[in-house]
Order: sequence, then structure tokens, then C-alpha cells
Amino acid sequence: MFDSLSDRLSGIFDGLTRRGALKESDVSAAMREVRVALLEADVALPVVKDFIKKVTEKAVGQEVLKSVTPGQQVVKIVNDELVGMLGSEASTINTAGVPPVAILMVGLQGSGKTTTTAKIAKRLTEKDKKKVLMASLDVRRPAAQEQLKVLGEQIGVKTLPIITGQMPVDIAKRAMDSAKLQGFDVVMLDTAGRLHVDQSLMAEVVAVRDTTQPLETLLVADSLTGQDAVNVAKEFDAQVGITGVALTRMDGDGRGGAALSMRAVTGKPIKLAGTGEKMDALEDFHPERVASRILGMGDVVSLVEKAAETIEQEDAEKMAKKMAKGEFDLDDLRTQLQQMSKLGGMKGVLNMLPGIGKMKSALNQSGVDDKVFKRQEAIICSMTKTERKKPQLINASRKKRIAAGAGVGVPEVNKLLKMHMQMAKMMKKMSKMGKGGRMPGLPGGMGGMLGGGGLPGGGLPPGFDKLLK
Amino acid sequence: MSEQKRSWFQRLKDGLKKSTSAISDGITGIFTKAKLDADTLDDLEDLLITSDLGVGVAAKLTEVLSKDRFDKEITGEEVKEILSSEIEKILTPVAKPLTPSPEHKPHVILMAGVNGAGKTTTIGKLAKKYKGEGKSVMLAAGDTFRAAAVEQLQVWGERTGVPVVTKEIGSDAAALAFEALDRAVREKVDVLLIDTAGRLQNREELMDELAKVVRVIGKKLDGAPHDTVIVLDATTGQNAVHQVEVFQKMAKITGIIMTKLDGSARGGVLVACAEKFGLPVHAIGVGESIEDLQPFDPKEFARTLVGAE
Repeated sequence: MFDSLSDRLSGIFDGLTRRGALKESDVSAAMREVRVALLEADVALPVVKDFIKKVTEKAVGQEVLKSVTPGQQVVKIVNDELVGMLGSEASTINTAGVPPVAILMVGLQGSGKTTTTAKIAKRLTEKDKKKVLMASLDVRRPAAQEQLKVLGEQIGVKTLPIITGQMPVDIAKRAMDSAKLQGFDVVMLDTAGRLHVDQSLMAEVVAVRDTTQPLETLLVADSLTGQDAVNVAKEFDAQVGITGVALTRMDGDGRGGAALSMRAVTGKPIKLAGTGEKMDALEDFHPERVASRILGMGDVVSLVEKAAETIEQEDAEKMAKKMAKGEFDLDDLRTQLQQMSKLGGMKGVLNMLPGIGKMKSALNQSGVDDKVFKRQEAIICSMTKTERKKPQLINASRKKRIAAGAGVGVPEVNKLLKMHMQMAKMMKKMSKMGKGGRMPGLPGGMGGMLGGGGLPGGGLPPGFDKLLK
Repeated sequence: MSEQKRSWFQRLKDGLKKSTSAISDGITGIFTKAKLDADTLDDLEDLLITSDLGVGVAAKLTEVLSKDRFDKEITGEEVKEILSSEIEKILTPVAKPLTPSPEHKPHVILMAGVNGAGKTTTIGKLAKKYKGEGKSVMLAAGDTFRAAAVEQLQVWGERTGVPVVTKEIGSDAAALAFEALDRAVREKVDVLLIDTAGRLQNREELMDELAKVVRVIGKKLDGAPHDTVIVLDATTGQNAVHQVEVFQKMAKITGIIMTKLDGSARGGVLVACAEKFGLPVHAIGVGESIEDLQPFDPKEFARTLVGAE
């Protein structure tokens, strides 16, 4: 999600890391770039200024002079500052109150309130085993109440029956009353989109708040928001009093500066991130992960977690052992390909990795997509067991058979075999190098992690770049 | 909202005023010093950035100022004049109303954009406008994905007294567009407005789907869709530029409508879009009521953007 910003900053700090001692001029040069990058990423100007000031203060001076690699030190300071801005730890929805607990959803038009309401209701129902009632107080947008009702049916969450003509405060009252009577734990109140400058509508939502005393008042905001994010967040917080932010459209390719801005001006945590149209596309917001992604350090934690979920432990161990011995046959290649698609395909993996932004755009341009992996998998599946163990057996007539079986041409089979050979070679080399083995093109620790077996078999196989050619 | 009817100009001004008072105050604040120096220019650039003009355009505009005014006395008013005329220069070539041609039977307008930009509301407003001009109008509920999107458009159909072609949720958007166009041709409708589901521009499969809708419409009727309009939310930051870029590539966007200019968002990104793509800007949305879709007036937009009187 924040690729462009991370690309940019990683470019700047590449320059820094290559130098020796870090001077004040270095820092300010880097900070000028950071400033532009943050602004282009839609971080609000006052927030940017504040940030730059803090980071510069910390970067110039003894802290940096003492450090072994000044570039890394700056990256660390910027990262710490970003994490600080985004909120130092994950924060979730609070439902610990006397039931029924009200959760009030507010925000501008089109920010995604209704969808987010349903997503949260689904999560509270399924994960937290809460009995949830949803009510739409949106009497303005045509069919908004029906929308919530339909979503409720889809996710199996009750919605308050619609009474046409009833006003928001009365609907809210009715929702709380029936929740009390029917023993619901949580009442999700979806409201109409409103502008923070619209006094009468802001007064209406304040009235709803006073009636229902919500435990959570969540500002639903579009992560693509520009400089106005500060005004929106500040005003909603000042007038209604928010307890947190739910950022939507985090699956977009916006640079997401709004996340930083909103958090910085309200001091309220970003509690959730909407990552798609599906009803389970809702994630906790992890400031550290987002910060490190912004800095081009990649979403290492996410990748590791996802890999751990996806890859069978046994497989991984087997693979690690084989890799240590420098063995790598076509079965192993197939496993790699399958794991790759489980991790969300090439793009999914690339998104989580640092420093490959450029490679990614090259990838986009070249039009290579995950279908390639599917085809390659099909080629391997068309081989016999023996062929997979001993690729050297594969002669011209076998190639023909394999190609026919996979529905591809012989050249494609050749290409795969060549790629495998190169990967196997690389694997052998790496096993000789032992733990020091690093993937070319990936920055330090990450490369070592992927190549050296810290992420057994789950990450990018060595020679992965060959796949792209 | 309960206020009496105001002229569109007043509405736009009121709407934009909220967004521009800050920038205007800012400019006045900067130029109490009167001499145009590097610091002042930096501050000015910052101010332009806060209106979402983007780093590039902001730098360019400050450049213009610095070129012949550097180190000279200048008043806040002068700065506003120079800036607004520069912005106007960028915007004037792209201001072009969305006017259905009577030669097309029907004139097909396709609405596209990211989720929540205001496509359906804009269609409702356009339907009202064209109906008021005596044209026969038909709507196609092409958002077959989002819950109750069809109902939402149906309400607009009822409000404006215009037929709405629908299909059940989950059906193929291209098929719906085809059917609607088929019916519109048979019934000799003047204007067919086709809604589409909101989609983020980085979702390739959804962009492919949109491209397919465009293709299918073109196959059914030569030259259609005659207008493919992207609806941009004024609240959106620099990502809007990318939205236009991808939608233009995939769906051959022919014009822009910007919504939600009645908030405090300044919509400065429109200037960046105009400069980069030169696509026509058809109209702006300044409120939720049916008459809140206004023609795009570059001079007014530029002047209100920098807070010139």
C-alpha cells in the first residue's frame, strides 16, 4: 500500500548508507527529500514539518556520530519517529462495557462507513463471539439503510428493522432499546456521511452520541485522503470526540499519508484497516509494520507470519535440510511455486519485501503475471516422479510429452529446466557459503534471512529473478 | 441545508470559501513582509501544497512568481492575482460542459471512478439536468456489486421520473450495459447514463471488467460510449492523478467531474490533473441536493482556490 513512499525513501537512504560519517549537510539533504516524499504521499504539511524537525534534531549530533553506520542510524531514527507518529502499538475495538455497548461510525460521504460497519460486525460476531445488532441512521443517501440490511443478511448479523421516516436520534434510541430487550452485546450505529463543516448535521451526530453514549466512536476515513485529512480528523474529533480511526481503501495504491496525518493531529489510534470489498477484508492496523514499509524495510513481520501460516512445518524442515545439502530438484521447485501462490502470488510477496519497488514496476511493465507460475507448475506436474528427481533424464522426446501434457510448447519446458538448473546451482553455492549466504539484490538482513534458511522455503527461492526474464 | 435557494455562483463560492480561507489568509500573512524572498516563496509553495496542488505544480507556480518579482515589493493581492491567473491558464483549456449530442441516439455516458467518489449521486443530478432540458433519459444500474447500489439508483430514477434498467446483484456489468443500450436504442432515448461499480485503479481484474463494459458498449453502438467520465472526490490527495492515469488507460476516460467541493477539501489536485492529462473538466459537485452539480468555471475555481476577491 505505501510502495511509492517506501521506494522514494529507500532511494534516499541508499545514498546515505553508502557514505561514511554522517554530516549535518547529509541529514538536511536527506530530510529535504523526506519532506517532498511525505508531501507527495499526502501527509499534511504541519505534520511533515513537525516530523522533519524532530528527526533532524535527533539525527544531527552525537547519536549519529557514535554509530557505526550513520545511514542505518538515520533510518532507525526516522523509523522510530514514524512509529511514534503512527502509534506505538496495535489497538483494537473496545467492547468491554455494560451491554449493549454502542459503537458509533462517523465520517465523510463515501469514506466507506457502511461497508466498514458490516466488516466490524462480522469480526465481532465471529472472532469475539459477540451478539451484534447493526442499525443504519442514514436517512439521507438513497437506499443506505437497505445496503446495511443486505450486508447484514450476507454476513449473518441482525439489523434493526427499517421504519421509514424515523429520524436518526430516534432510530438510535430504538436500536439501543431493542438491543437491551433482546440481549445484544454490541450495537453498531452506521450514520450518514457528513461534512465536518456542516453544522446542522454535526449537531445531529452529537445528539446521537449523547443518546447512545458509545464506547467507541470511530472515524471512518479514506486512506487516499489528501491534505484535508487534518481538517477532517481534527473537526470530527473536536465536535464529536472520536476514540479511533478506521482507514479504508488500504488496498489502494495511495501512499497513505492520511494515516500519519490523522494520527498525528488527533492522537487517536488507527484501529482498523479496510483492505478490500470482501466482508472479511478488515485488518488490525500495525503501526510498526506500516512504518517499516514506508521506510522501505518491507513488511517483514507480515511476510514471516503469513509464511508461517501457509507453510507446513514439516515441509519447511525437509526443505531446509535439503537446501543445506545443496539439493534442489524439480519437486522442490514445485513446492516453491505453490507456496508462492499461497502467499498471494508474486505481487503479494513483492509487496511485503523491501527494496524491490523498481523490480516490481519492471514486473508490471513486462506483463509477467502469476499465470506464469501456474504454467510452470503444470509443466512440472506433467513429469514423471523420476523425471522430477533426475531432470537430466529429460531428453527431447520426454520434453515433447511434457509440453503436450502441460499444454505448452517445448521452449517453455526448456526455459523451466534451465531456470531450475540455475537455481540448483545457486543453492549449492549457498550451502557452501553456509549462513553467510545472501540473496543478491536484497538488503542485508533480509537477504540473509530468506537465503540462509531463516524463512525455510517460504520466501523467494534463490535465482528468483530468473523467473522474471 | 435549509437555506433559501442561492445562485450556483454563491453556492460554489460558499463551498469553496471554506476551503480557501486558510490559503487566502496564509497568503496575506506571508506578504505582510512585502518583499519577495526565498523564505517567502518557500512558504507560498507550502501553502499551495496544502491545497493538494501537488509538489510539482506548486513549485511551478512559485517559479512563475519568483521569475520577475523576486526581491521586489509585492502585495498579497498581487500574489493572489498572479497565482489565480496562472491557475486559470491551466484550467481554461479543459473547461467543457458535458453536453449530449442530438446526433447520438442515444448519447451514452459512462460513469466510472473509485468507491465512494459519488458516481451514483452525480448520475442522479445529471439525469435531472437533462430531463429538465427536455431530453428523454434512461439510467442503467451498472453497479451490480455493491449491496443496494441498484436500489440507490432506482430512488434517483423515481425522483427524476426516469426509467432505470436493472439486473440482479452479481450479474455481469457488461451484459447489463448491453441490455440497457439495446433498450435505449429501441426506445429512441436521447441520453443513456450508465453507472458502474466503484473500483480502485490498482485492482487489475476490476479494471479489466470496466474495459470490457466499454468494449461491449462500443460493439453495440458505434462511437459509444460518447463520454466516459471519471468522478473524482475532492478530498482525495495526489492519488487522484494516478486514478485518472489508470482509468484513462483502461477505460478511455474522456472527462472529469469533481465532487464534494462543499467541504474543506480544496480539490487542488484538479489543477495537477488538468496539467498532466488535459482532459475536459465537465462539472463540479458542491452538495447533495439535485441542483448541486455546477458547470466548471475555471476563472472562478482559480480565484476561489487562491482566495482572490
